[in-house]
Amino acid sequence: MAEIQIKGVAKSFGSYTALHDINLTIQDQEFVVLLGASGCGKTTLLRIVAGLETATTGEVWIGGKRVDHLPPKDRGIAMVFQNYAVFPHLTVFENIGFGLRMKKLPNDEVKRRVERTAGLMHIEQLLGRYSGELSGGQRQRVAVARALAMEPDVILMDEPLSNLDALLRMEMRAELKGVLAESNTTAIYVTHDQVEAMSMADRISVMHQGRIVQAASPIEVYRNPAAEFVAGFIGNPPMNFLPATPQGGGRWAVAGQVLDGPQTPKALKFAIRPEDLRLADHGLQAVAKVIEPLGAHLLVTCDVNGALFRAVLDSDLSVKPGDTLTLAPQSDRIRWFDPETTRAVA
Amino acid sequence: MTATDVSSGAAQRRSGHYLYAASVALLCAWVLVPLYFLLINTLSSPDTVNSFPKPFIPEFDWGSLEFFAGYEGMLKALKNSVVVAVLTMIMSIAVGAPAGYALSRFEFRGKGLFRMLVLLTRAFPLPLLALPLAVMFIRTGLDDTAIGLALVHTTLAIPFAVLITFSLFSGIPIELEEAAWTLGCTRFTAFTKVVLPLILPGIAASAIFAFVISWNEVFAAAVLTIENRTLTAFLLAKLGEAPLHLKFAGGFILVVPALVFIFAVRKYLFAMWGIANR
Repeated sequence: MAEIQIKGVAKSFGSYTALHDINLTIQDQEFVVLLGASGCGKTTLLRIVAGLETATTGEVWIGGKRVDHLPPKDRGIAMVFQNYAVFPHLTVFENIGFGLRMKKLPNDEVKRRVERTAGLMHIEQLLGRYSGELSGGQRQRVAVARALAMEPDVILMDEPLSNLDALLRMEMRAELKGVLAESNTTAIYVTHDQVEAMSMADRISVMHQGRIVQAASPIEVYRNPAAEFVAGFIGNPPMNFLPATPQGGGRWAVAGQVLDGPQTPKALKFAIRPEDLRLADHGLQAVAKVIEPLGAHLLVTCDVNGALFRAVLDSDLSVKPGDTLTLAPQSDRIRWFDPETTRAVA
Repeated sequence: MTATDVSSGAAQRRSGHYLYAASVALLCAWVLVPLYFLLINTLSSPDTVNSFPKPFIPEFDWGSLEFFAGYEGMLKALKNSVVVAVLTMIMSIAVGAPAGYALSRFEFRGKGLFRMLVLLTRAFPLPLLALPLAVMFIRTGLDDTAIGLALVHTTLAIPFAVLITFSLFSGIPIELEEAAWTLGCTRFTAFTKVVLPLILPGIAASAIFAFVISWNEVFAAAVLTIENRTLTAFLLAKLGEAPLHLKFAGGFILVVPALVFIFAVRKYLFAMWGIANR
């Protein structure tokens, strides 16, 4: 049973502040993904939880125990590194059993646990090999098996799939999710890949410039982004934005169209996902610029009132560059953002 | 392009190739021919060594070496050389390896300066330091002792020990240590269980290099010892009076370990120079 609490954690490197006052509580057995672009502080936060980095201020609690002053080995964690960090001088068996030997477990217990976790990761046949004789994907499996063999309360993963090729990554993603769900551990998983985040997480914590911008379920983050950054970061292609001017009484003028919106006198930004647009008789006038057939869909990049605008349309449609399309946004999927605070407005 | 252009280009390339081969052969001869003469004369009887013309093939006569071994004080000098070199080896690794580790793993103020200062210890010519050192050693009672000479040799060997181990430690990803920490290791056990096994061959190489530096060093040895001379200092002192075959045998005994050891650790020396050039 291990709930992780991160309370007011901040980290500065000299005059540069990598993390500002991070507060996050991760439930027991929850799978939380820290998602953000490189340099947003997600790896630093993970390393602070692991004990490989010291927070400038703030507290970290794991399983009801304050751990921020403890070395990594006393925190009940196991970690999977981006470059796997499989020990080159030890066999796969000894790599997986390394932590168990450090715990001075009896030989037969070490053997039992190594064989079980190796089975889980499908690397039983590699136990006698050395790291140099393994492929990247196999090393990845060894690194995960080594962490799982510890039977930790918390497993921390730092971009574990980013060094694998696309096909292998997809395969490992599903496998890792299954294995972790069975192991009943609490997991923090750092990635910059939104597909990984969406597909694996119970909860995504989107980070930007050393702050958590939104922490919510994948669907919530996708449908109701709390800030413009999240809307632009999550989703491929990202959300479309257009300036909106208030017409009074909750009516808004967007690129010549009048739409219903929130009751506020300030100027707002109108936002809609590319797949929430339909061809209709009334709607936004969009001039098609680039048409990219993606098989299942057609990605049309257009110009609406001088702004870049993307629409995902049915692939049966025949559109040529220069055509004018009338795109109607699905009204329950429209979101509004305050351009000053960049936060969502209900 | 015409056919003549092609053939003249090829001819040029071929002559460049010959020039290259000739240069390589010349350089090899430059090093190997004296070594070969040393070998011939060491493995010939004293009479052959002192006669003329000399043979081009060794006789495999152990007379010269036997004379060398029987020469008054020679075996003691040989023993002194080994003792001083071993002490140098131990001390330079004991000091140099932790320094190399610190340089590769920690960020600290003045790191660049420190790296340069380490090298700068080689910038002062030993003759400049020898006199004050001799005075200081006499005052502290370190003169004419193996440990005193080993201290001087250690200061000569440390820059290399630091640079070699620095490049070796830098070649070991920090993640390996971090992984060990998360798997139940302290900083110390992570070092002994993960870093040390990976670095041991390199440490050995660096130790051997320190051994060779001490083994070959003659100036400090000649100035700082009188009774307990090392082999180099002893041979230097006997240069005037010793017969020719003794000089050859002594030279041979000096060259062989250095040659063998340097050959054994050449890979690591290149690693050091690679880092130094950056």
